[in-house]
Amino acid sequence: MYAQMVKTDADRVRSLDEMSAHERAFQERVDRGEKIEPKEWMPEAYRKTLIRQIGQHAHSEIVGQLPEGNWITRAPTLERKAILLAKVQDEAGHGLYLYCAAETLGVSRDELLALLHSGKMKYSSIFNYPTLNWADIGAVGWLVDGAAIMNQVQLQKTSYGPYSRAMIRICKEESFHQRQGYDIMMKMAAGSPEQKRMAQDALNRFWYPSLMMFGPSDADSVHSAQSMAWKIKINTNDELRQKFVDQTVPQAKYLGLTIPDENLKWNEEKGGYDFSEPDWDEFFEVINGNGPCNKERLGARVKAWEDGRWFRDGLNAHAEKAAARRAAAKIAAE
Amino acid sequence: MSASANPQVSQEAMVEFLLRMGDSTLILGHRVSEWCGHSPVLEEDIALANTALDLIGQTQMWLGLAGEIEGKGRDADKLAFLRDAVDFRNALITERPNGDFGMTLMRQFLFDAYHFQLLGKLEGSSDARVAEIAAKAKKEVAYHLERSADLVIRLGDGTDESRKRMQAALDELWGYTGELFIPDAVDEAIAAAGIAPNPADLRAPWLAEMSAVLQDATLKIPASTYAHKGGKKGVHSEYLGHLLAQMQFLQRAYPGCTW
Repeated sequence: MYAQMVKTDADRVRSLDEMSAHERAFQERVDRGEKIEPKEWMPEAYRKTLIRQIGQHAHSEIVGQLPEGNWITRAPTLERKAILLAKVQDEAGHGLYLYCAAETLGVSRDELLALLHSGKMKYSSIFNYPTLNWADIGAVGWLVDGAAIMNQVQLQKTSYGPYSRAMIRICKEESFHQRQGYDIMMKMAAGSPEQKRMAQDALNRFWYPSLMMFGPSDADSVHSAQSMAWKIKINTNDELRQKFVDQTVPQAKYLGLTIPDENLKWNEEKGGYDFSEPDWDEFFEVINGNGPCNKERLGARVKAWEDGRWFRDGLNAHAEKAAARRAAAKIAAE
Repeated sequence: MSASANPQVSQEAMVEFLLRMGDSTLILGHRVSEWCGHSPVLEEDIALANTALDLIGQTQMWLGLAGEIEGKGRDADKLAFLRDAVDFRNALITERPNGDFGMTLMRQFLFDAYHFQLLGKLEGSSDARVAEIAAKAKKEVAYHLERSADLVIRLGDGTDESRKRMQAALDELWGYTGELFIPDAVDEAIAAAGIAPNPADLRAPWLAEMSAVLQDATLKIPASTYAHKGGKKGVHSEYLGHLLAQMQFLQRAYPGCTW
């Protein structure tokens, strides 16, 4: 999940009877599973919440290029390099679809980037962790993309049309990302002792941060209840986390790797694994800027934006000149 | 079958030619990939990753064929990751550091314009394998050139600052273009066999394309005709050793592994 702890401005979820006629008609459309399109009426809080959620997701895609970019120049074979380049290109493309989806809600990409750069908008906590060895690139695909897919598959059914369509495209590519990650892990886990050590080390470091991606338990959260009523959130964080653990544990076993959790145990009664919660204090520290790479990640994005100002200004100036020349040519011709 | 299909040219010359092709795309692809996530605008992140991906794909084909013809059991990966700088045959311009985005774009444009001319001729190569790779690569490079030429024009004829940066990039890189068109004995043997054009014959069409774009960009071609040379003989800049140290790290530190 690339959006965490998205606020809705709601203090509680209201019943249909408490809503205005507009709101009620809107909620009934959502309940019937209809898609809401950009120019149609929507509650202001729905629009704002979607901007926060889609914006956070878009930011995560572009910041997410950085930990993988850290290994593109050191990828061990030409094929791995090509696959990683294709993946990072996809991610930048996902960022683009999502910023476009957000623009349909009346916020520009530049405005959203300004909020990211000033620290007012967040990106997923996971990208504040470093990629220290090559197996981390495998773990990012297997676990991080795996966790993201859990949520994004559900969001294909979300109520907002442009967001839903972006998710459908994104999901097609994400499943390839997860497979390539798992493929790296298979090679590493079956490789030399040093490779196997890298693979286990990567799993040790990425396991709990991946569980954090779903956000803290939100069974009692008003924001989550409101988002679920609007169908911009489909499952609770705990449901998705459970599903992720149940899917991932057998995959780790197949690799011959050990999930770093002594309490991990199959629970016959619930038909899923019992597992340890991640350290939520660490999660809040990371969210608040104290993760191992927060400064580097945001710093890199701000630097790219600042260093690129002359480039963007140059293109804009050229576009204006070209338009002026076209206008002058038209006048001359008349 | 490891010998060159063309009896008129030695196996060594053929391998040498293919290494020149594949090493230039590999090193430029590496440089371009260094931008990942750091470019001035999202569309450029996508374009750069795409360009690097094309170049790495072309590398796989050129070095793959080089290894096959060499017949010593070296595949494209072994050639890419287990040779030292002295055995690399890339043009010096491809190893120039990225600098600012203007430098990266100008390097790309100067190389793309040459690359496009070269691949156009290689499509008609007497060696069917070369012609086949060139035909595939040319489709990709046509896009590279379209993009880099367009951006050079827009930034040259943009703001004062963007023009200044693009002119500075052209001034700095110009001395690395001459090498692309100076033939040596290998080039001449390869050209005589009809496998590739003589590099000297590419200069006029390259210059024509170049001049048209640079004129639209309001940029001036430097007067100097001095050409830095050495790439074809394995005499590189200091930069290449560092690039290879990074690129080859895993293969060197953990030899013989499967990745």
